Amino acid sequence: MSNDIASARRIERRTFLKGAGAATVTALTIGFDWAGSTTRAQALAAPGNPAPFAPNAFVRIGADDSITIIAKHIEMGQGSYTGLATILADELDADWARVRVESAPADATRYANLVFGKIQGTGGSSSIANSWPQLRDAGAKARAMLLTAAANEWHVPVGELSVDKSVISHGASKRQATFGSLVKKAAALPVPETVRLKDPKDFKLIGGQPPRVDVAAKCDGTAQFTIDVEMPGMLVALLKRPPRFGGKVKSFDGAATLQVPGVVKVVQVPGGVAVVAKSFWAAKQGRDALKVDWDESSAEKRSSAAMMDEYRRLADQPALPARKEGDAKKALGDAARKISASYEFPYLAHAPMEPLACVVKLDAKSCEIWTGDQFQTIDQMNSAHAAGLEPGQVSIHTLYAGGSFGRRANTVSDYIVEAVSIAKAYGADGTPIKLQWTREDDIHGGFYRPMYFHKMEAGLNAQNELTGWHHVIVGQSIMAGTIFAAGMKDGIDSTSVEGAANIAYAIPNIAVDLSTAKAGVPVLWWRVVGSSHTTFAVETFIDEVAHAAGADPFAFRRKLLEHEPRMKGVLELAADKAGWASGPLPKGRGRGIAVCEAFNSFVAQVAEVSVDDAGRVKVDRVVCAVDCGTAVNPDIIKAQMEGGIGFGLGAALYGAITLKDGHVEQSNFNDYRVLRMNEAPKVEVYIMPSTEKPTGVGEPGVAPVGPAVANAVFAATGKRLYVFPFVKSEIARS
Amino acid sequence: MSITFLLNGKSTTLDADPNMPVLWAIREVAGLHGTKFGCGMAMCGACTIHLDGQAVRSCVMPLSAVSGRQVVTIEGLQSKQAKAVQAAWIDLQVPQCGYCQSGQIMSATALLEKNSAPTDADIDGAMSGNICRCATYPRIRAAIHAAAQSAKA
Repeated sequence: MSNDIASARRIERRTFLKGAGAATVTALTIGFDWAGSTTRAQALAAPGNPAPFAPNAFVRIGADDSITIIAKHIEMGQGSYTGLATILADELDADWARVRVESAPADATRYANLVFGKIQGTGGSSSIANSWPQLRDAGAKARAMLLTAAANEWHVPVGELSVDKSVISHGASKRQATFGSLVKKAAALPVPETVRLKDPKDFKLIGGQPPRVDVAAKCDGTAQFTIDVEMPGMLVALLKRPPRFGGKVKSFDGAATLQVPGVVKVVQVPGGVAVVAKSFWAAKQGRDALKVDWDESSAEKRSSAAMMDEYRRLADQPALPARKEGDAKKALGDAARKISASYEFPYLAHAPMEPLACVVKLDAKSCEIWTGDQFQTIDQMNSAHAAGLEPGQVSIHTLYAGGSFGRRANTVSDYIVEAVSIAKAYGADGTPIKLQWTREDDIHGGFYRPMYFHKMEAGLNAQNELTGWHHVIVGQSIMAGTIFAAGMKDGIDSTSVEGAANIAYAIPNIAVDLSTAKAGVPVLWWRVVGSSHTTFAVETFIDEVAHAAGADPFAFRRKLLEHEPRMKGVLELAADKAGWASGPLPKGRGRGIAVCEAFNSFVAQVAEVSVDDAGRVKVDRVVCAVDCGTAVNPDIIKAQMEGGIGFGLGAALYGAITLKDGHVEQSNFNDYRVLRMNEAPKVEVYIMPSTEKPTGVGEPGVAPVGPAVANAVFAATGKRLYVFPFVKSEIARS
Repeated sequence: MSITFLLNGKSTTLDADPNMPVLWAIREVAGLHGTKFGCGMAMCGACTIHLDGQAVRSCVMPLSAVSGRQVVTIEGLQSKQAKAVQAAWIDLQVPQCGYCQSGQIMSATALLEKNSAPTDADIDGAMSGNICRCATYPRIRAAIHAAAQSAKA
């Protein structure tokens, strides 16, 4: 295991996921395989239907010319189904109109995320990046076998054949055959060991605009999410959870609940007390009538304001080094001028549009799960543990997820384990039970982006050059105490410091320190993870330093990025498209810039804001430049930048979960505000042309928007924003 | 107790608690799943339906309130404006996770059925009650303008 981890560190930057992969694989029963067990596969294999050609785990071609591409990653809005299919279909030279995508079963032996090691799961904006070589190879091999089948049939050399849109042609003899007509012969051939991949100049779908495979069903109401799962005899459960994190059931009185028509049973589970009913409405009324007495002896009872006070104190105490180059202390001591600032970031809920839900069918020997599942291997393990089964006895149907933003990539599989526990307490008799969360359950439910405090100091020499940089971060660890803790090194949770410890600016003396605080609030990665706070601190502070140095903030950054061509490239592209060189905007308006690297992609954004006399901020326009290597689906990349900007902007302006004596003060979209149509800026996205391997786009677009807006507010008003969300600042109230 | 109303053009009688929100009656009793649950307090618009041609939030409306009235859900959209909206949504590849999009399409259709050439301010007014956590707002705005154009043609 340690060797695995060590080598993983050399290969991948997301080391924690590799480490966790190595750690968990020993606990997983490898070798179970549901290949061919789906009803569709059985139907295709039934007598009378020719068997499909399935040369590998990722593609099946039917005699009817249908092409089914198997997605090992969840589709939660980020476009993974389309992106994965684009890669394979391009190498296959498939007819896009015949391509459909099916979710892979939970099976880490075939469907592991190669960035995570031996875990099947989606996260870290890695779906396209890890699948790129795998799916190109899978598509090219399937194509090679179909070509060989045609060449054998026509007694011509393979080299004389061409393929376009699932049709193989032999020019000289004018013969043609569709893929479907060759599946039987192709299936009898050996899978080639190696295959030549396309020259990128021959890509037809990659870099083009094949339409998303999921959009039509999402425009007529037919796309199926977990809430839409129905099956005979299915019951609906709602769970009453403790009012404060860490609370436990002392006793409960379900008498009034059982009087509600439609309520079937009230059961206690580790997470609380569940009401199982014939419908949501009955379960909801039943839960409202339920009386639970809670044991709160070990519950978190502090307020978030008190916790932030503690973080502020911790920032002045010794901390663990996350990066140390040169002598930052001496450089700051010797500086001609010192600049300092501190920043506060609140807890944030993910609040995906689809309230969490999970359907479980449990009996003595098997556990079948339907949900928008993001961490299949981990969810199998945790579900098996809760059910008293082996992981191999847990099967998962991964459905469309109505958003996640990190919420479903849960190390303890919280809502899935709840559903399994309820099915077990109900009797494990094979009755399908759908656990449905409400929005209040979601906002109160924890697993938030942690709260953080940042303290920063920078030193300029007499020539106004940045010579020293000291950055202290205080907050809870996401990975500590989870199965991902194996990926932590020297006590540093990389998710707390990413975006800060790895800043690209050429500064001779840098110290980045981490002080990990403890709190009883469950925390989790939230879209763009560490960079959701570190990029804000770094990019607003560097702006302040540039101002102190009397330099233009764009020019100041560019000079410090001379040796970072891709970072500098997006910075220049965004500035150029935004018209940075045209100078400041008129009074009351301002332009701000920010740049980051996240998940191996580079994003720069320029925000334009208006601030009225009352201090209300309106974000008018955001110009975004992204370098994510080869652009597999440019329109989806643009969509992810647009969406990331809206997601990040909503959090920057309004997002906060606060605690009062341990009680979460927000409950729904009325007090947990998110971005709405009337607040959405114009967004322009520019993709840097590149032939580098593709990197992530689901998350990186979120990071720069907050600091770009804060810097724009400074340009408009001369005032800096240090506290998230901006509605809490003395300016920028709205 | 049974409530009779016109659901997507068909006379429908549902035997259900008259206090049950229309959302759950449509989903769990009538079995139409295109209308989504998002917040349960008319704050997000995922449950938007048309009641006598008006966009309303079905999650807070009791079933008894639709007795004898016309309810249209995403499954029953028929108008020229609705078809133009759905076509523009596909053309501009609006959805990401897609969960809110039934509600977005219902609100956009109701807007265009009353206002054939909405301005950006009109769109803000009609659409700000529909949350999209994927923030597909720029594309929704563009798609409404495109649908307005194509519905006129």
